[in-house]
Amino acid sequence: MIKREYMLGNVAISRGIVEGGGQVISGYPGTPSSEIIGTLASMKERNFFVEWSVNEKVALEVAAGAAMTGVRSVVTMKHVGLNVAADPLMTLAYTGVKGSLIIIVADDPSCHSSQNEQDTRRYSQFAMIPCLDPADPQEAKDMVPYAFELSHKLQTPVIFRPTTRISHGKSDVTLGPVNEEYFEADFQKDPEKWVMIPKNARIRHPHLLNLQKDMLAELEDSPWNSLEMYEGMKFGVIASGLASVYAKEALARLGFESCFLKIGTYPIPEGKIHTMMEQVDTVRVFEEMEPLVEEQVRIIAQQLSSPVEIIGKLQGPVPRVFELNVDVCADVLAEVLDLERNDVPEDKGEDFEYNACRLNLPMRPPVMCSGCSHRGTFHSMKKVFGKNAIFPSDIGCYTLGIQSGTVDTTLCMGGSITVASGMYQAGEKKPICCSIGDSTFFHTGMNGLLNAIYNKADITVTIVDNRTTAMTGHQPNPGMGKTATGEETSEVDMVALCKSLGAGFVEKADPYNLEETEEAFKRAKDYKGTSVVITEQLCVIDAKRSGICRIPFTINADDCMGCKICVNLGCPAIEFDTKTKKASINAMCTGCGICARLCKFDVITEGKK
Amino acid sequence: MNTEKNSKFDLIIAGVGGQGTILASDIIGKAAVKEKLSVRAAETHGMAQRGGSVINHVRVGCELGSMIPAKGADVLLALEPSEALRYIDYMSEDGVIIVNTTPVLPVTVTSGLCGYPDVDQLVAAMRKKREVIAFDATALAAEAGHPQSMNVVMVGAVSSYLPASSEILLESVKELVPAKTVDINVKAFELGKKAILE
Repeated sequence: MIKREYMLGNVAISRGIVEGGGQVISGYPGTPSSEIIGTLASMKERNFFVEWSVNEKVALEVAAGAAMTGVRSVVTMKHVGLNVAADPLMTLAYTGVKGSLIIIVADDPSCHSSQNEQDTRRYSQFAMIPCLDPADPQEAKDMVPYAFELSHKLQTPVIFRPTTRISHGKSDVTLGPVNEEYFEADFQKDPEKWVMIPKNARIRHPHLLNLQKDMLAELEDSPWNSLEMYEGMKFGVIASGLASVYAKEALARLGFESCFLKIGTYPIPEGKIHTMMEQVDTVRVFEEMEPLVEEQVRIIAQQLSSPVEIIGKLQGPVPRVFELNVDVCADVLAEVLDLERNDVPEDKGEDFEYNACRLNLPMRPPVMCSGCSHRGTFHSMKKVFGKNAIFPSDIGCYTLGIQSGTVDTTLCMGGSITVASGMYQAGEKKPICCSIGDSTFFHTGMNGLLNAIYNKADITVTIVDNRTTAMTGHQPNPGMGKTATGEETSEVDMVALCKSLGAGFVEKADPYNLEETEEAFKRAKDYKGTSVVITEQLCVIDAKRSGICRIPFTINADDCMGCKICVNLGCPAIEFDTKTKKASINAMCTGCGICARLCKFDVITEGKK
Repeated sequence: MNTEKNSKFDLIIAGVGGQGTILASDIIGKAAVKEKLSVRAAETHGMAQRGGSVINHVRVGCELGSMIPAKGADVLLALEPSEALRYIDYMSEDGVIIVNTTPVLPVTVTSGLCGYPDVDQLVAAMRKKREVIAFDATALAAEAGHPQSMNVVMVGAVSSYLPASSEILLESVKELVPAKTVDINVKAFELGKKAILE
């Protein structure tokens, strides 16, 4: 019986890994890629190895090592993670693999949960290795077993690139059979292939260039590229990955038929583009983010001396930023086809209902949870270091501290301690106190701390240690004493680690205890050299899950003076009535007690059980 | 020029991170698959979940993309009143808005930075534009046994519009909610379904 299931894109991808017989899977969490390993690690029966690595470079090297022995391996990360892993990537393209290696990199057009919207397809072009670009969760699942085969056949790593709408989309997915054939790990010494000293690299680079025509030949007629031609039709659309379904729907909404090339692979299918160019006079190219397909189509047109008019995003009108959607594609098509869109009003400004209702809706930005310990850390930090101090920060839930004025920079994973050091070395006289989470510290923060201490940066480093990788969905890390699959392992002692990196000042404080945290910050501020304060408190979501139940607090309304000190914490559990000028605590209170410690009039008290 | 609809039923589920919008769309998506229909859905994860505004797209009987085009939604199921208005542009001309009238105040409001519109006024403004069914789903959830089951009350409320039978939807509810809350959620579903008929 054919089995169909309703699945998250990332769950479908993990199913693809199982169907394709993946043997070693590594990765670092990052939205929108995290659920792939999460799903594999939570499976009760497993005949593969799965790990959360400490960063993407490490993860890719683990997967590369596995593939060097001849097994099938996979590494997962978000787009910016590939920057961290770019060093092994570029040379791995030279060495190639022996088994199979799929590099899954999830892109995030529109920056739903990211610091930029870089396009991973550029990396595949840069490294000269194949890239697969799924159009929906079903195709995403089906591409994975294919990618294992392709990687094995060409002996090259293959990039597989879903985007947010694939990874966090859901769909009915038809399951396939599970590959039960496994390869034995058996590393064969072969220095010319595996040891990239200059002599060997000079052999492997031409080899990689020669491999390009084989890649093209393999991918041209793969199931992921499809061409629909209509006799006499002079209008063509080329669309890649997800953009292909938007373009299809836009054409259907406009009631217009067109020659259509759907692209799912890079290098792109040149033969199919030739076929289309020979018939049509205009081509519209739809792809999310960078004009990669368009550039290739233009090169092909030039080689053919083709007069075909090519319109995409290089000269407009398709936007080069943010996600595409059906409406963007329909607008572009309607314009070039000289059709009117009668499915939506033309003027999106005045006619649209939201504006016509003329009600101001309150902004609803994401915030730190009620009872989040970062609130205590940031409050104490600001009090001790002062508003004018500089607060470089990093990537995690604590980036939401931007609302409390304690996040002045966020650059990349691990970029807090290093940016702080650079500011100090530049001669900055204002106090500098940076913040970084536990998982981010293990990722690339440790190197920055080592460097700061070694080069005598007089800064304070705050490790906001909530004992998990919270923002991406509570993945375990080396500070927690358990692996991805929940097995016990050695637990890193954060204090000892910082001391071993050379720190002369390391103190731990409980961020719920504001006095204790402030005292630690005061001593750290006075210390000459790199000081480290570790504010440790379990993530409030994890605390709840592990059964910790604190008593919620209440405000005695009669005695509330309306000073708003508690309100300014920005806790979603504290409300302020602008009419009565009194604060109150709602049902979201988790009993952290930070507001009670702050209240000057002692009117916030623990409620009854 | 003719336009063609590419989906049997397009549903927007709007709400606030933490209200259970994902579970609501999962119940509907799973039921649709049981009914042998194709489904495409898009969800908000990550940064946007932390108490932020959340929108899920669910397209039943659709083989294309998961994102519902502007003015394409048949029903907007809003778990929070201000979030209904925020996404009203997705509604087709003859679409229906089903809205829970209990607000969740954002920090910008609780901290006194800005105001929250009067809910009656908000519903009235939307009524001028579309058919609106407004009721206190949070109160019904409390009646069912737990305020958290509000998302399932809302699934019950939209059930008569969906191309899936109530029996199949209830089967999905039972499979997806935590085992010890099945009874509460079944009751929540029934109360939501009844609320619409009244």
